[in-house]
Amino acid sequence: MIRASIAGASGYTGGELLRLLLGHPGIEVAQATSERNAGRFVHGLHPNLRGVTRLKFSSLADLAPCDVLFLCLPHGETAPRIDDFRQLAPRVVDLSADFRLREAAGYDTWYGRRHPRPELLPEFVYGIPELHREDLRGANLVACAGCNATAAVLALAPLCARGGVESVVIEVKAGSSEGGAGSSPASHHPERSGSVRSYRPTGHRHVAEMRQELAADEIHFSATSIEMVRGILATCHVFLDDAPDDKALWKIYRDAYRDEPFVRIVKERSGIHRYPDPKLLAGTNYCDVGFERDLHSNRVVVMSAIDNLMKGAAGQALQACNLMHGLPETQGLEFTGLHPI
Amino acid sequence: MAECPVCGGEVELADDTVEGELIECPECGSELEVLEVDPPRLGEAPEVEEDWGE
Repeated sequence: MIRASIAGASGYTGGELLRLLLGHPGIEVAQATSERNAGRFVHGLHPNLRGVTRLKFSSLADLAPCDVLFLCLPHGETAPRIDDFRQLAPRVVDLSADFRLREAAGYDTWYGRRHPRPELLPEFVYGIPELHREDLRGANLVACAGCNATAAVLALAPLCARGGVESVVIEVKAGSSEGGAGSSPASHHPERSGSVRSYRPTGHRHVAEMRQELAADEIHFSATSIEMVRGILATCHVFLDDAPDDKALWKIYRDAYRDEPFVRIVKERSGIHRYPDPKLLAGTNYCDVGFERDLHSNRVVVMSAIDNLMKGAAGQALQACNLMHGLPETQGLEFTGLHPI
Repeated sequence: MAECPVCGGEVELADDTVEGELIECPECGSELEVLEVDPPRLGEAPEVEEDWGE
């Protein structure tokens, strides 16, 4: 049995990871930390875990050695302490942004701060298995992708690998849990409810990951927060230098994702669920991808949907962890979602 | 096995399939008409369009 601990388990991502690990047949949870809640039962903050575990939050200072350590700390708090964490566990999975970029300059540009440990950046494997599966097998250090980046990268990777992409404009509709468990005036119910808020029309930090992983510079991204708790829908307008027909597009995506356990092509000719919809993916590790070509231009619209806390965070982390440890890749991630929901 | 004329996916035909039968592509959901059985050939079946507010 693999012993896992979670640093920073009081947030939504940490709570989701706890849920997954507590149900995993090959992993046991050793510790879950929260400075503010040390000594309290984890189900006090994550009520869905009531009756599942009697685990209490620990303090970071009390973390004991384990087999794999998941880091769900706020961005910027992992890198300065990474040596301490590595001494506690031979394998580390970081869910923050601290080690996602391969080039330190990217942190200056997109995060507005100098990276404290740039020499470690090449040692981390980017956590999207569909792109880095072989590197993840046996990896000791993994940096999970940002949720918006995950949705966009999985939508676009097959087309970008094919070539001929001149530019991409991505619009993401995101649920409120993307903002984390902390509250702010912007998340106050009278302000948030019913709002369709453009919260990052330009300059979103996840663009750095998208450009890195897709090896493309002409990627433009806007994010809108909508009335939804979990979920991301990424609508990607891809401008090509040619106009592949439907069958060619099907072949591109089918070839890329035919054997992927968590990526499904959703492009139906009829019915009410013709294209990806994050509502149907709540609690699952799926990324649904669909597409449609514009008959009047060289534009292809690619849609992808995920649960931001799952495929965009905790589910991705567990999928990577399974690969790191040689466990079945889908173990603990089999939930197929609910309908209706 | 036949090829879907819409998405190129593989469509399995039952042994008792007859010409003119309507079947559904398991990948793209297109309604297809069996034009020939041996060798199998499929065509798009006429579709009633829904109004999605366009």
